[in-house]
Amino acid sequence: MPLAVELRGVGFAYGAGRPVLRAVDLTVEAGEFVAIAGPNGGGKTTLLRVVLGLERPGAGTVRLFGEAAHGFSGRSRLGYLAQRSQLTIDAPATVREVVSAGRVPLRGLLGGLRGSDRRAVAEAIARVGLVREADRPLTRLSGGQQQRAFIAKALAAEPSLLALDEPTSGVDTEAQEALAALLERLHQELGVTILFVSHEFGAVEAFVERLVLVRGGIVFDGSPADLAGVWHDPSHLHA
Amino acid sequence: MQLAFAAGIVVGLLAPAVGFFLVQRRLSLIGDGIGHVAFAGVAAGTLLGLPVVLTALVTSVAGAVGIEWLRSRRRAAGDQALALVFYTGIAAGVVLVSLAGALDVDLFAYLFGSLLTVTRTDVLVIALLGVTGLTVIAALYRALSAAVLDEEGARVAGVPIGALNVVTAVLAAVTIAVSMRLVGILLIAALMVLPVVAATRVAWSLRSTMLLGMAIGLASVLAGLTIAYYADLPPGGTIVLLAAAATLVAALVESVRSSPSRL
Repeated sequence: MPLAVELRGVGFAYGAGRPVLRAVDLTVEAGEFVAIAGPNGGGKTTLLRVVLGLERPGAGTVRLFGEAAHGFSGRSRLGYLAQRSQLTIDAPATVREVVSAGRVPLRGLLGGLRGSDRRAVAEAIARVGLVREADRPLTRLSGGQQQRAFIAKALAAEPSLLALDEPTSGVDTEAQEALAALLERLHQELGVTILFVSHEFGAVEAFVERLVLVRGGIVFDGSPADLAGVWHDPSHLHA
Repeated sequence: MQLAFAAGIVVGLLAPAVGFFLVQRRLSLIGDGIGHVAFAGVAAGTLLGLPVVLTALVTSVAGAVGIEWLRSRRRAAGDQALALVFYTGIAAGVVLVSLAGALDVDLFAYLFGSLLTVTRTDVLVIALLGVTGLTVIAALYRALSAAVLDEEGARVAGVPIGALNVVTAVLAAVTIAVSMRLVGILLIAALMVLPVVAATRVAWSLRSTMLLGMAIGLASVLAGLTIAYYADLPPGGTIVLLAAAATLVAALVESVRSSPSRL
């Protein structure tokens, strides 16, 4: 089975600015749950955007499931939660409408949902525990519930890879722990590959198999248990 | 008057349906920018002796695609792209109108709308373009909604966001070309935005926002045309004032609903 993610010698800079990423090598097996952490400005979000093909690297190669990331044919199976994934529109979109949007990449641009789509949407909503809120507007839900709605949207596409960028920012500790437990359950039940980007990874530390610390390049790649005490807080990195 | 009503039904439904996606993408003013390019098209048609709806349609689509191109290539921020097209359109229109020597009542009818200038051919063109626009929206509703709900997520999943944005811009251009006879180039953007803003205040879902917006748009157009006819008022201004009144009423309803009940 091909690697879910494969980066070789990747370098990236925004415009003519200084390099954000230098000579990054990273491989992620299908089904792994990997936390990507590091200080603010260290390049972890950029790394995720390069992996997903949202940014083209200036150097090196990026492959998803054995194919070049740019032009990857299985994009409909990529689930992505951008930073502060919350509703940015004024219209009162319901949880069901948001989650249904996740079926568009699978179903195609034209026409409505079929029975199988509706079942997949209902199942995704149930998995994140929002059945009672399914027909309520997102604007009336808490930040943690809105995050779960967007995770359900990603799940509705039956993803092979789920990438989350700072999903715990802006939500309280209880919601962070609930989100971490939800991701662990999804990982166990669905076997989906998860990339979890965060400036702090305490909430998922117990679940992740692997921690990657990023500061321009990869400065640590291994089990969270192997990270020495002073390095535990990514803001203290002195790579 | 019957012709104006027939055209009004199409305009009243189409303008808020297209405006729904513009408002959600924070592009409420794009209609104004395209409208000013349409003015250049009307002037060019007058100067060259061509059907003005056709020339306005061509320049509007070109302006809309231009704005989207500037935005998507990050050649200019959204408001700068709008300003560039906006001012170029109005300046070209003024120069062409001057060259054509057409600064007359007929021109003002295009700017502010008129009941009397709608012909049977206009109604046929409006119906054809309007029904095509509504059909495209119905067919692409889920994809366009996915793009406004979570643009980055949809882009990662392979939804062609750039193409959908161009489709939205072209729909806005078609709406302006279709509506300029009745509502006027300078006022049509308001009919695309105000009914949607009103609907957002009282709706309970994305779909209900769009449908309610279309209902408010249709009611504003039909009531506005009736009032304009009997009171001898300009139809564009009357229609937009009614849409603005609907927005105020919706805001009032929202504030009453959201205020804590007193025992």
